[in-house]
Amino acid sequence: MKIIYMDHNATTPLDDEVLEAMMPYMTDKFGNPSSSTHAYGWEARRAVEEARGQVAELIGAHPEEIIFTSGATEADNLAIKGVAHAYRDRGSHIITSQIEHKAVLETCKYLEKQGFKVTYLPVDCYGMVDPEEVRGAITDKTILISIMFVNSEVGTIEPVEKIGAIAREKGVLFHSDAVQGAGKIETKVDKLKTDLLAISGHKMYGPKGIGALYLKKGVKIESLIHGGGHERGLRAGTENVPGIVGLGKACQKAGRLMEEEAKRLTKLRNRLYQGVMNGIKRVYLNGHPEKRLPGNLNLSFEFVEGESLILSMKNFAISSGSACTSSSLKSSYVLLAMKVPEALSHCSLRICLGRSNTEEEVDCLVEELSKNVARLREMSPLYKEV
Amino acid sequence: MYNLEEYSAKVMDHYQNPRNVGEVENPSGEGTVGNPACGDVMKLTIKVENGRIVDAKFKTFGCGAAIATSSMVTEMVKGKTIDEALKISNKTVAEALDGLPKIKMHCSVLAEDALKAAIEDYRKKTARQEKKA
Ligand SMILES: Cc1ncc(COP(=O)(O)O)c(C=O)c1O
Ligand code: FES
Repeated sequence: MKIIYMDHNATTPLDDEVLEAMMPYMTDKFGNPSSSTHAYGWEARRAVEEARGQVAELIGAHPEEIIFTSGATEADNLAIKGVAHAYRDRGSHIITSQIEHKAVLETCKYLEKQGFKVTYLPVDCYGMVDPEEVRGAITDKTILISIMFVNSEVGTIEPVEKIGAIAREKGVLFHSDAVQGAGKIETKVDKLKTDLLAISGHKMYGPKGIGALYLKKGVKIESLIHGGGHERGLRAGTENVPGIVGLGKACQKAGRLMEEEAKRLTKLRNRLYQGVMNGIKRVYLNGHPEKRLPGNLNLSFEFVEGESLILSMKNFAISSGSACTSSSLKSSYVLLAMKVPEALSHCSLRICLGRSNTEEEVDCLVEELSKNVARLREMSPLYKEV
Repeated sequence: MYNLEEYSAKVMDHYQNPRNVGEVENPSGEGTVGNPACGDVMKLTIKVENGRIVDAKFKTFGCGAAIATSSMVTEMVKGKTIDEALKISNKTVAEALDGLPKIKMHCSVLAEDALKAAIEDYRKKTARQEKKA
């Protein structure tokens, strides 16, 4: 039985063209880009620099503003710790939000232990950060604001542009984790007014274990990994050439397909949403109704616990923010920060459509959901026919 | 960490084909318990005749393990005397399901607690009736 993949916010499959572009660099073209004395090194160097250009192009940056990393987790770490340590003499306050990815939240927590002060801004019921709250939190000690572009769980698109404008006005550096936006919706650093921005290969049909940090010209960061001076001394270690080539190709392809694919996924997601709302009662949307990522839908099916619902639909790969699916036995901190009632947080399902998904698959999901929600509600002591 | 793959075939069977879903009519005892660990709820109703549990039904809001243990406990108690039923623990229910992922053991506590609560309720009700008689 083929399992229909609808968890594209967690990761995406590797695109065929991307794999094809990578293959030679895992076989014949194995050179070390640092080998300046022979052709193996030269061709590897050229490949890395071509990829750098492709990544830069997608986000509207200059190639020399791109630093390759092992993924977005490292890019977020490098951005936040890098700025914190480079600008420590200027201040020790950082502003972020409660719904950031753990790569940002845990980095901030670590810095708190090092004596930094961190403000974790709340969000509204749609998971939206209020730019005016960002403004209000800025002090003369603030050195960095870090707000994600698109939330990975509820798909809410944050008002990054406005936050960026405030950061500029106040002379504070601004980092954005754009992992869920890049390659899916327009993500241009000048428009978003970010000084730093993190992306990841495997969220846009590229390989895992590769990402990049955009670092605006003139912004200083301290390196986390010291060694042979790679990536302008900001990220030492022999380049992951196949990964970098893959990321470059993935960026190029995503850029080419973006407009059309975003339209298609929005339509597909709306079809799914309408189907569910027409067929099933007492379903609640988590996240913003309009300002959300094209393929993302996060729904709470009242009286039905998320894990049990997923378990009954084993031919669909989807996820839940329910406490029962977490090792901490706490519901998703994103849903809780949005003040989704605890009871409904247990009932949440995250569906993220991507390139492979079709109308038939969406219709099939609606059917399966209707059937299984009804079955589990029959079984639920909380449910009474309404 | 755990993943859904860790559920045994028996857990999946009881999850997919739960036995004894619903509520016993005119129950001799009922117990509704919540699991504070993750906010799940189980309601167990039992019918007792001549000191033996002749019927048991459940309704559960919770994960796959919670539903499977609920289903299993209703099977285990049927035909048992109250004293025998009281010997059922969350561990014996979990064992009957060929085990649960470690992190899911607390879900089986829901089943044990619901059973104890239902029996407690039954005892209170019969004590009251005896007083009346
Ligand atoms: C918003 C966001 N930031 C960061 C990451 C981490 O990216 P990576 O897996 O490349 O380290 C992810 C993905 O898990 C994400 O969704
Ligand atoms: S009922 Fe929540 S983890 Fe089992």
